[in-house]
Amino acid sequence: MTLIEPTPVKAAGRRSRAATGAGVPPPRGLRRHFRRYWQLWVMAAPAIAFVAVFSYIPMYGIQLAFREFDFTAGLTGGEWVGLKYFRQFFESPQFWTLMRNTVVISVTTLVVGFIAPIALALLVNQVIGRSRKKFLQTATYLPHFISIVVIVGMLQVFLSPTSGLITRFLEGLGLTGVNFLGDPSAFVPVYVISEVWQHCGWNSIIYLAALASVDTQLYEAAKIDGAGRLSIVRHIDLPALIPTMIVLLILNMGGVLNAGFEKIFLMQNPLNLSVSEVISTYVYKIGILSNQFSYATAIGLFNTAINFVFLVVTNQIAKRVANTSLW
Amino acid sequence: MLKRLRHRSPGDIAFAVFLALSCGLILFVTLYPVYFVMIASVSDPTLVATGRVSFWPRGWSWFGYEQIFADSRIWTGYRNTLLYTVAGTALNLLVTLPAAYALSRREFAPRKVLMLFFAFTMFFSGGLIPTYLLYRDLNLLDNWAVFVLPSAVNVFNLIIARAFFENSLPEEIFEAATIDGANYFQFFAKIAIPLSMAIISVIGLYYLVQHWNDFFTGLVFVRTYDRQPLQIVLRDILISNQAFAGGAGGAGGTGGSYAQQYADQIKYGVIVVSTLPIIVLYPFLQRYFEKGVMIGSVKG
Repeated sequence: MTLIEPTPVKAAGRRSRAATGAGVPPPRGLRRHFRRYWQLWVMAAPAIAFVAVFSYIPMYGIQLAFREFDFTAGLTGGEWVGLKYFRQFFESPQFWTLMRNTVVISVTTLVVGFIAPIALALLVNQVIGRSRKKFLQTATYLPHFISIVVIVGMLQVFLSPTSGLITRFLEGLGLTGVNFLGDPSAFVPVYVISEVWQHCGWNSIIYLAALASVDTQLYEAAKIDGAGRLSIVRHIDLPALIPTMIVLLILNMGGVLNAGFEKIFLMQNPLNLSVSEVISTYVYKIGILSNQFSYATAIGLFNTAINFVFLVVTNQIAKRVANTSLW
Repeated sequence: MLKRLRHRSPGDIAFAVFLALSCGLILFVTLYPVYFVMIASVSDPTLVATGRVSFWPRGWSWFGYEQIFADSRIWTGYRNTLLYTVAGTALNLLVTLPAAYALSRREFAPRKVLMLFFAFTMFFSGGLIPTYLLYRDLNLLDNWAVFVLPSAVNVFNLIIARAFFENSLPEEIFEAATIDGANYFQFFAKIAIPLSMAIISVIGLYYLVQHWNDFFTGLVFVRTYDRQPLQIVLRDILISNQAFAGGAGGAGGTGGSYAQQYADQIKYGVIVVSTLPIIVLYPFLQRYFEKGVMIGSVKG
């Protein structure tokens, strides 16, 4: 059984060649490090292995986008064809439709889905009384745990043109004759509103945590200065959320074109396909359903690359402007 | 009450009214659809379809549930999902917790590089097709292991667990245990794990929900219907409108609006049956979920 050196200082004392300075002695040489910390390596190894296999090998397989798919060669493909498949995608009649649909759905979801939880958190934070607040929070998180399939199933029964609950309610408001699941102009609103309904409460948790840590002295000082509740929200609460907002905005930016595959796919029907076909659903259809592996990989890589650029650019801007960044 | 009101400015009173109204509206909009599904599933389908059921079930009818219980598909899906969820969550915890602990040890020099190695996969991936081909090469297509192995580590959960170990296990305990002769394995198993039940339940629940709601894996990587999880079965019934054994399935099945009402009632019932476990457990589990987000937000 290997003993662990209890503290760095003792370690330095017992091993003359260990660093003489204060602090943790840097292990010299890989072999030494392995000998001393092999148990930690053993603990980390399965996770490293799983991520290496299931995340990094597919990254290695990206070269398929630049190669001709060859059944015998498998994951990395056969002959090198350069940018052929990218050119094919850019020149295809689908390109601009897919780009437009993806950007419209992603950006609308990003903007609305970013603002709504902040507004909800500011609102919930104003509720006086612990149990009332808790109840409101618990209720708003609930839809987050309903599966996407069930959400889309609920949309279908509620928006059914003949008997749907929401259809009838909207007819009461004078919105008659809209077939919400078949009308292309209704697709994005239905998608975005249902996203907000499902995730708004959940996404507000992190903002509520930030609000809970605001120094109460600030509130008292503001009250003495005669500030009303609205101006306290505007001048104390909202500024307190800005660092959290920036970090979350950067994180969301990294997925800007990842418009949720599963939900869009489930909401698609022949009537709304002109606005609901996005890059991810197209990759699935081209790649998995019609076996054009190289072409689909190229489209997928194009999508990932744009996301990555968005992430890096937003991060840089945030670093400059607000001094907050992910790295 | 009036006395209190007199001390408030008109602006504050307006604010309080606005607050009460919007909170009431939010509560209604969030909870009512879920409640409506429940009452609609046990009400007379004709009354539901004509809008005469709003706050209380009317004209009890168990037709939807009778159909569901007579149909084997949902139960096969349930069984599969249970299997995948139990096996998957067990593997998740077995892989994630030791790794999170190792990465939380400050003396473990490669931790920074390894964190980068893990975190990079949150922002960049090989995409669908290389993943599909890899699974094909590994014989994972149409194999139940595809629900378990590829999702063994969720990097977000790994980071949460690491942050917890880093911040909540006092270094003094570690030193004391080490002096008593414990090595890393013993410390992890006998001290770190028992002291970390909070985080274990949090990420355990995250993993559980992730497996329970997994629709993508079944859609893309599995062909055989008997191996499909509940979510795929739900898709067929709720969205593709597949007919039920009793013939009251799809809108086009037996035709006419009469059939549609019964099809809708089956759907309401299916939603209840498939979502009930979460709704029932939710009030008890909710604080754990919240805790996870809090811990995760301490150090991103």
